Amino acid sequence: MVDQASKQRLAELNAESTRQILGMSLSSKRSSKHQLSETGKAWIALIPACIFLLAFMIYPILNTFIMSFIENFRFMKGAGGSFALSNFFAALSNSRLSTKPSFSFQNYIVVLQDADFLTSLGNTALIVIVTVPLTIVVALLIAVAMNSIKPLKGFFQTVFFLPYVTNAIALGMVFKIIFTDGDAGLFNAFLSLFGVSAQSWLSVYADKWQMFVVIIIYSIWNGIAFKILVFMSGLASIDNQYYDAAKIDGANKATILGRITVPLLSPQILYITITSFIGAFKSYTQIISLFGAGAYNFGGSTGKNWMTVVGYIYSTMQDDTMVGRAAAASFVLLVIILIITLLQTVASKRRVHY
Amino acid sequence: MANSDVYFTSPHKRRMYIARKVGSTTLTYAFLGLLGLFMIVPFVFMIITSFRNADAYDLDVAHRVFNLIPSWWNSEVNASNYTLDNYATVFNYRNPVTGEAINFAFFYINTVYVSVVSTIFTLITSVLAAFAFARCNFKGKNLLFTILLATMMIPGEMMVITNYQTVKLLGWDNTFAALIFVHGVSVFYIFYLRQTFQQIPNELFLAAKVDGYGHFRYLLRVMIPIAMPTIVTITILSLMGSWNAYIWPNLVASGKWRLNDQWSMKLVSNGLMSLFTNSDTGLSRDTVRIAGSMVCTLPLFVFFLIFRKYIMRGVSRSGIKG
Repeated sequence: MVDQASKQRLAELNAESTRQILGMSLSSKRSSKHQLSETGKAWIALIPACIFLLAFMIYPILNTFIMSFIENFRFMKGAGGSFALSNFFAALSNSRLSTKPSFSFQNYIVVLQDADFLTSLGNTALIVIVTVPLTIVVALLIAVAMNSIKPLKGFFQTVFFLPYVTNAIALGMVFKIIFTDGDAGLFNAFLSLFGVSAQSWLSVYADKWQMFVVIIIYSIWNGIAFKILVFMSGLASIDNQYYDAAKIDGANKATILGRITVPLLSPQILYITITSFIGAFKSYTQIISLFGAGAYNFGGSTGKNWMTVVGYIYSTMQDDTMVGRAAAASFVLLVIILIITLLQTVASKRRVHY
Repeated sequence: MANSDVYFTSPHKRRMYIARKVGSTTLTYAFLGLLGLFMIVPFVFMIITSFRNADAYDLDVAHRVFNLIPSWWNSEVNASNYTLDNYATVFNYRNPVTGEAINFAFFYINTVYVSVVSTIFTLITSVLAAFAFARCNFKGKNLLFTILLATMMIPGEMMVITNYQTVKLLGWDNTFAALIFVHGVSVFYIFYLRQTFQQIPNELFLAAKVDGYGHFRYLLRVMIPIAMPTIVTITILSLMGSWNAYIWPNLVASGKWRLNDQWSMKLVSNGLMSLFTNSDTGLSRDTVRIAGSMVCTLPLFVFFLIFRKYIMRGVSRSGIKG
């Protein structure tokens, strides 16, 4: 309970600090001046960041959300202003428009029935389900293996970290050429060592599952470095006493990994699980770079074979008349990400040891 | 492998122990070696192919033979198998149909300019904001900070849709402003810096106050020097981020610079993508494309080798907070 007097005092302080920010002269008591100047200074320091965050982060989130509920929103390229709400009111009073925009769930209905969106949702889910567990398990094994050796440790650390510092587009294109059709491709040459005949991988002759193999391999290659590094830093903080105790008890390596390392690494595993789920759900750059035919080509003769949710958003956005749909799809993506994060946080309450 | 601290009840057990130890060590190295090879093969392939003679390479492809290291003794192309021609093409290519120049020198200059200016901008705004959150007390601080943290959850695509329109409305398309200011403030960097600033003991502030330092002089003379490792890490991550940016530049800066229509606005990743897209270039030499990839990757490599310690620490630090 805040009493009336202190409430008023706070209001005064606030007003005075505002005046101070505006550069107006002050004549207040010495005792309160220090408090005031601190608030004022804080806001001066915050203003540059806040202006840009407000303009390019907070406002866009709200605006996109509103836009997703406007039918026939079509001012993508900036003609006639871009602000969703003002646009809406302008359109209401503008009789030249044949169709007046109105608030509804139409965009969501259209998006959720759009075959392209459903395909992209399925594609994304497949990529997530296969790459996330695989990458985490392999990263964990690599981290544990690297932690157990001394000679060459630094060398392996550098090797496994290299993919992180490379340009995803550039290496995606190298993979595209490694997976060239016919015997001339490096990967096909590798397969021929095992007597497998040359396959098509990424060209229009390849089927969806051949493309999937490349997408999985590249996603793992591209995403594993960060996970290994996080696991390594987690392993470094585990006290050696636990391992000594386990050795005295005669525990074997599998038991040590399952009973000591994984439980003690659980905060890092949770963090990595959440971030990789989110990251994989936003797959886009690595896929277009593999097909290497521009920002809106996702393979196959239609260019839509491996379209992902983010890919759907970007390609839909290009069409002036479908911006509302892109906004609706991006909100659907947000909801999916929130649900995944929430589920994992709840599920981890029992499993994660801090 | 310090075995000296392990004692055995019989020589047999000792032999068993050593055998198992040697076996598991071999397995560990084999496992790491195989996966390490998987990590490094694309780089090796990229480096070798980028220097290969384009005609010899295409001949291999036409004859459906794979030659990572080409056989110099029976090459049908007598010219030397390794050449710098691919790089020369990457730095000076003009589309025969559209006349559009693909020149990585332009892309380099654009990228360096954008990454340096946007990093300076990011540093100034982040340091100031982190300072306010870590050092000052003001009403609504926690609320504001919670809101900022919450926005980290929201996918960037939601912002891109509106930002794209805002940029068009402001007339910022194909300008550096769109590349520098729109993503200029990062909540993550503010968060990371605030954590570092908060570890600075309060006594230092009081001592500085006795010496007559105000808030901003304290920030400049005490906090920033102490937080220097974090600031260096942020600088590196931000520079790398600009170098790798693709999606946003592709939307707002894929045309020509408005002040000079010979000058493409593209950054390296976008330039590379157009080098690969047949319809854009009319060029279908794989060796040239690989040389383009190499040109995109090389500065990052050099950067990584120099600042390895800072980069790895910064990246792993960002993971510990969970």
